[in-house]
Parts: sequence; C-alpha cells; structure tokens
Amino acid sequence: MTTIDTSAPTSRAARLNVAQFLGRYGTFSAFVLLLLFNIFVTPNFLSWQTLNVNLTQVATIVIVATGMTLVIATGGIDLSVGSLMAIAGAAAPMIFMGKLLPIDNTGILIILSFILPVLLVMAFGWFNGLLVTRFSIQPIVATLVLFIAGRGLAQVATNGNLQVFKNPDFQFIALGRIAGIPAQVIIMIIVAVLAHCLIRYTVIGRQIIAVGGNEKAARLTGIPVRRVKTFVYIVSGALAGIAGLIVVARNSASDANLVGLGMELDAIAAVAVGGSLLTGGRANILGTVLGAFVIQLVRYTLLANGVPDAAALIVKAGLIIVAVFIQQRAKA
Amino acid sequence: MLLSMQDISKAFSGVAALRSASLTIAEGEVMALVGQNGAGKSTLIKILTGAYQRDSGLIRFVGEDVVFSTPAQSQAKGIATIYQEINLAPQRSVAENIYLSREPKTRLGLLDRRAMREGAAAVLKTFNLDIDVDLPVVRFSAATRQMIAIARAVTQKARLVIMDEPTSSLDEREVSILFETIRTLKKNGVAVLFIGHRLDELYEICDRITIMRDGQTVAQSSMREMPKMELVRHMLGKELAAFEAIARDAGNDETKPVRLSVEGVGSGVRVRDVSLTVREGEISGLAGLLGAGRTETARIIFGVDRLEKGSISIDRKERSYTEPADAIADGIGLVSEDRKIDGIIPDMSIRENMTLALLPKLKKAGIVDRARQQEIVARYIKALGVKCASPDQPIKELSGGNQQKVLLARWLCTDPRILIIDEPTRGIDIGAKAEILKLLRSLADEGLSVLMISSELEELLAAADRVTILSDGRSVAVLKRNELSETALLSAMAHQVN
Repeated sequence: MTTIDTSAPTSRAARLNVAQFLGRYGTFSAFVLLLLFNIFVTPNFLSWQTLNVNLTQVATIVIVATGMTLVIATGGIDLSVGSLMAIAGAAAPMIFMGKLLPIDNTGILIILSFILPVLLVMAFGWFNGLLVTRFSIQPIVATLVLFIAGRGLAQVATNGNLQVFKNPDFQFIALGRIAGIPAQVIIMIIVAVLAHCLIRYTVIGRQIIAVGGNEKAARLTGIPVRRVKTFVYIVSGALAGIAGLIVVARNSASDANLVGLGMELDAIAAVAVGGSLLTGGRANILGTVLGAFVIQLVRYTLLANGVPDAAALIVKAGLIIVAVFIQQRAKA
Repeated sequence: MLLSMQDISKAFSGVAALRSASLTIAEGEVMALVGQNGAGKSTLIKILTGAYQRDSGLIRFVGEDVVFSTPAQSQAKGIATIYQEINLAPQRSVAENIYLSREPKTRLGLLDRRAMREGAAAVLKTFNLDIDVDLPVVRFSAATRQMIAIARAVTQKARLVIMDEPTSSLDEREVSILFETIRTLKKNGVAVLFIGHRLDELYEICDRITIMRDGQTVAQSSMREMPKMELVRHMLGKELAAFEAIARDAGNDETKPVRLSVEGVGSGVRVRDVSLTVREGEISGLAGLLGAGRTETARIIFGVDRLEKGSISIDRKERSYTEPADAIADGIGLVSEDRKIDGIIPDMSIRENMTLALLPKLKKAGIVDRARQQEIVARYIKALGVKCASPDQPIKELSGGNQQKVLLARWLCTDPRILIIDEPTRGIDIGAKAEILKLLRSLADEGLSVLMISSELEELLAAADRVTILSDGRSVAVLKRNELSETALLSAMAHQVN
C-alpha cells in the first residue's frame, strides 16, 4: 500500500501563481515598498526619532489587533475594544490617584492600577463571550452593545472630565525604556510572541482555529466550543485594557471621549491586511503585526509628506479593499 | 402531458449528477418523486425550475419546448416551488405574502390594500382556511404557512406545484390538512410534484411515482401498480460489484455482553421510539429509508441532540449526554454522514484533523506534544493506508475515501469502546469501500462495538452481525445474523409483516 508520496509538493509549488504569491507575501511586499518609498522621499526618515515615533504609535494597534486576530479566527469580531480601552484608561488614574480605593500606600495603588483595570475589562470581555455563546447573538451585534455602552460607562465614571496626572511609576509602561527600547514596544513584542505561540503550539490555540474552520465539526470532536469562544473575547478584552493603560500613560491624561476611539477599525484593518480570513479558521499573528505596521506607515508617510490625516483614512480604506481582494483571488 | 422532461443529463465538474433522467406529469396529477440522498432528485428539480442548466435533454411544458435560465422564468410560466423551509417573509402579513412582488395598485400607484386583503381571503377560502390575513405569517403553524405558500402559488396561476418534503415538519393532523389542499389543487387541474419518503403518505396522495437512483430514473409507474417491496428495491438498488463476504468467527454473538443499550428513545418528530443494542465486539447495523431517524438517533446517543424520552445505557450504566465532549470522555466516537459539513476542518492538515478529538490527551502543560502527535499520525496513516503527500497536507485536498480514513483514525486514536459510523462508505469508490468494511470488521473482532448506519443493503449484509430497522422514527424490527437476507431487510424497511 502506498503511504507517503513525497513527489507532490514540488509540483504544487510550481503552480504558485501571482495571486497566491501576493496572498502569501503581499503584506510584506507592501511593507518593504513603503519603507523604500520613505527612505527616498521622506526627509529624515532613517533616524531614531522616526523609528521611535512609529514604534510607539504602532504598539497599541498591534496589541489590540492581536486580540482581534484571535476573535476573528473563531469567526467572530470584537467591536468593543475601543470602548474597553476607554474603560481601562479611565479606571487606572482613578485608582492610583486614590479616588477609588481606601488605600494610602502608593506602591500598592500603582500595582493595583495595572491589575484591576485589566481584570475589569476582562470581565467585560467575558460578557461579550456570554452574549455570543449562551445567547447566540451574532458577534457584531453582541459586541456593539459594549461598543456603545462601554464608552458611556467610562464617561459616567469620570463625569466626562479629563483626568490629568503626572505619575512616573504608572507612566513607565508608555514613557519608560528598558535597554533603550520603549516599554510599550517590549509589551507589544511579548504580546505578539505569546499569541503566536498560543496559536501554534497550545491545545486551546488549535481549538480556536478548528472552531473557526468548521464549528459543527469542532463540536462533534468534543471541543468545548463555547468555552473556546468565551476565551478569545476575554483575551481580546485584556489586551484592549493593556492598550488603554498605555494610551493614557503616554498622554499623561485620560479622556474617556477619546481613548481608543476608532481603534476597533484599525485593529480589524490590521487583521484584514495581515491576511487572516475574516470568516475564521486562520490566525496569522505575524501577518497582523505586519498589517498594523503597514497601516501605521501609510499614515506616517502621508502625514510626513503633508497629506492631511483625513486623506490617510481614504488610503487606509483602499488598502483594506486591496487586501481582501487579494485574499479572495488567492483562495480561488 | 403537462410536463415532459426527457433524457436530462447534468455533470458537476466532471461528476455526473444526472444521467438521462426523465419525468412526465399530466395535468391535475400528483406525481411522487423518491430516491435516496444523492439520487439526483434535487438536481432534476433545480433544472426544471431554472436554478441549474442542463447539459443535454429536452423539457416540454404546456406543449412547448422551454429553456428556463432563472427560477423567475419558470415561475412566470406557471411552475411554483414550495420548499421545506417555506420561502415566505415571516414578519409580513398573510395578504402581503400572497401578493409579494405583484401587489395590486390603486390608480395613484399606491398599494391597494383592500384588494390584497379581499383577494387573499378569497383564495384561502377555497382551501377552507379562514384566517386573519392581516396577521404576520410567523404567527401561524407550519402547516398553515405551507398552505399560504400554496395559495400564493395558486394566485400566480401555477400549473405545476413542486413540494419538497412538505410533510417533514408536520404532525398527523397537519398532514391531513395539507393533503386536503393537494386534492383541491387537483380538482382545479393543477399538477403536483410531491417529493417525499414516507411510503404511507405517498400511497395515500399520489397517482403515479418516479423513482430515482444514481442520477437515473429507474422506475416510473402508477402508484397502484407499485408494491412497497418493489419500491424500496428500486430505491436502494444493488451495488454493481457485490462485496466479497467478510470472514468472521462463528462464535455465538448473543452471549457477548451488551455494551450500548438504547431503550424507547425519542426526540422531536424525527425520533419517536427507538430501541437497539450493540454488544461487545460486534457490528450492529442500523437500517431504514431516508428520514427514518437513523442519523438523528446517532446524534442523540452522542449528545448532540437532547434526549427527550427513553434511556441510554453503556455497560449497564444509564447515561445521557448534553455535549459530545461528555460522550467522547466515555469512549464513544461518531463518524458523521456528511464529511464536509460535520467532519473535516477543510483548511487544517491531515495531522491536525486526525488528532482533534485526542488533543486534550496530547498536551503537556497546555502545549501540544508535537512528537507524540506526529508519531500517532504516522502510525494511523500507515495502518489505514491513507494516500497523501504528507501529514501536513490540507485535508480538503484528499479524495473522499482518504478523508473518511482520516476521520475514522480521528476516533480510533482515542481508543474508543463504541464507534458510531454513519454511512461509512458514502461517496467512496468501490475498492476503498471493501477496505473500510474489512477494517471495521477487524476492529470489531478486537472488541470494539460498532453501530453502523447504512443505506446500502450489500454493506449491511456483508458486515453487520445484527440489523435494527427504523421506520418513521421507530425501531420496527431487529434481524439477527442468521435471519439476515436481502428479502428480510427489504420487507422490514417497507414495513410489511410477512
């Protein structure tokens, strides 16, 4: 009986067409093209300053988009991430400024201001998961609930006031450096690497992909579909929370109206440009990171060359269309 | 003849779905169309309505040659289709639904609601249905909704109404209302194409019958001249190449301990009262016509669907699962009928598809033990003879038979006590069929209990130690090995007492 036939892969590789090549390396090609364009056109592009600005700006997109990649891999979507950022961003200053808890020890307050807001938004993530699994509400509608109510909650909690602060210990996550690398960049790298390993090597990671690939079949193999789905919404919430903390720390201020505004769309765009199927069943964390970098670079390129932010939005939309188009061609 | 379809052929990417099929219906006639899954019934109908285009053949309707390229064209000519899940707009009123897309207008071009209301009430009255036509359709029972759909067809001046398994979700009283409606249609000269599989209903309402198998029309006759046995024989047919009898030991099966025992199980309208047993180390067959409730019974045992009544015991302990995961933990596996929908994760590799059910046992601190996974996969690829380029090839690239082997291995590697396998050889070429049956036999000889659902007589005769026959959601007969024969199986399925 023939068992393993090793001749096939070479013939398959030979049939790789242009669409498939773009589907696989398109994001990377776009990234390289943007870099080359900037090196030749944008003044002072090759400087630490530029690298710094871009890396710190892209970090929060990458962190949130990583969670979004996991949610999308199960065939869902999480619109609430921006609002959850606002909630975490509003809660942290209230904690370390001692407005919320009767604790005097500033050290403990700082530590709690990292932990409690993230736990809080994880609970909101769990709520998203509950709506999707127990009540079988479509993810886009289920997470729309917190997309709307979440920001409202943050505004109510802060009375709509801007919270201004100066707290070097808390702000270390955005302004601090470890071995010369901004702390938020390190957080971004850790998050992306952990998520990549989660997807590739762990049981839950493979179960996430299986649920997105064929939910019915996944359930019939004993995969706890509800638990897996709830898990990704909790992770997405947690990462949004971390991103929210970074944003307020960077700004030395927390404005519930603005923190994380529009972040859900940037995150979804990063996932789409990065090559993960929006229908689920695939999670390309590296792609998402590249996707976020491409989006950031496009915005930077246009800004640095005097094109207004509004026009950058249109280019971003164009990018998404191209990415989805390439994906469909590569599939066919 | 109102409709005559001659020598219709159709292939999908090289695979023949219809081979010279034909169908004729006279005015005011109720024609039954029956056949197993994949016999070509729905392809034939889709060609008639214009949803698919035929490759060759002739269609004549009301005396002229027709080519419908869209369903809208066939509707305009007077062919209406009523699907299982009726295509009405649930939130709109009865009157609006009946006049959907050809609403009467006033002189100002606005909707003439009064005309709609009166017209709708009048047409419903001809079916003895007196309901408030202003209520949304969703408020009515399935049977009433079906009649609304039929009324809609009548106001469209349909000459032929196609009903696709119209009784599958109706209770007995609703079925009799539906049949009354069909008789009214007949009286008005409207023909009905009735697709169904409950034999008693066919004999009650249909004038003639067309039987399909493997994309061909294998029999056409008047209902009266078609005995039940003959009907079932035509439907199931015979494999061209019979399997060689599979050798098995001659030990007395009836002394082996019972591993799975199902007593009076029911759930919904599909499964009403099913009892069966599977002993240790035997292949227990589960036979019946399409819609008899075989797959649904398997789903109840496996915890996919809820057990509403009756009991299930495994090794004499009563068990009832709410999730497949619980059944799997107890050593049960289910290879489902539809590989594409319920089986494979198409984009994942053979390796991952094979080990999905085993994953929780393959982990060290949450991480998949890749070395052990590869070792297990390599072992089963070799043992079952899966033909593939590499274990990392996506499963969707494999042939049906090889996919089936991977799905079988998915359960075998969990070392199950009970394996439920639904249509083990559907869509698989004949060589691989015999191979899979032999494999099941040798697994049973090693002590595995197999519950094999099958529509193929030859398969049941070749491999099963006992066969339980279901009909309309009830277990109606059990044939032990020494009682098994083609005639015995056929007559039990036709639900005839010899």
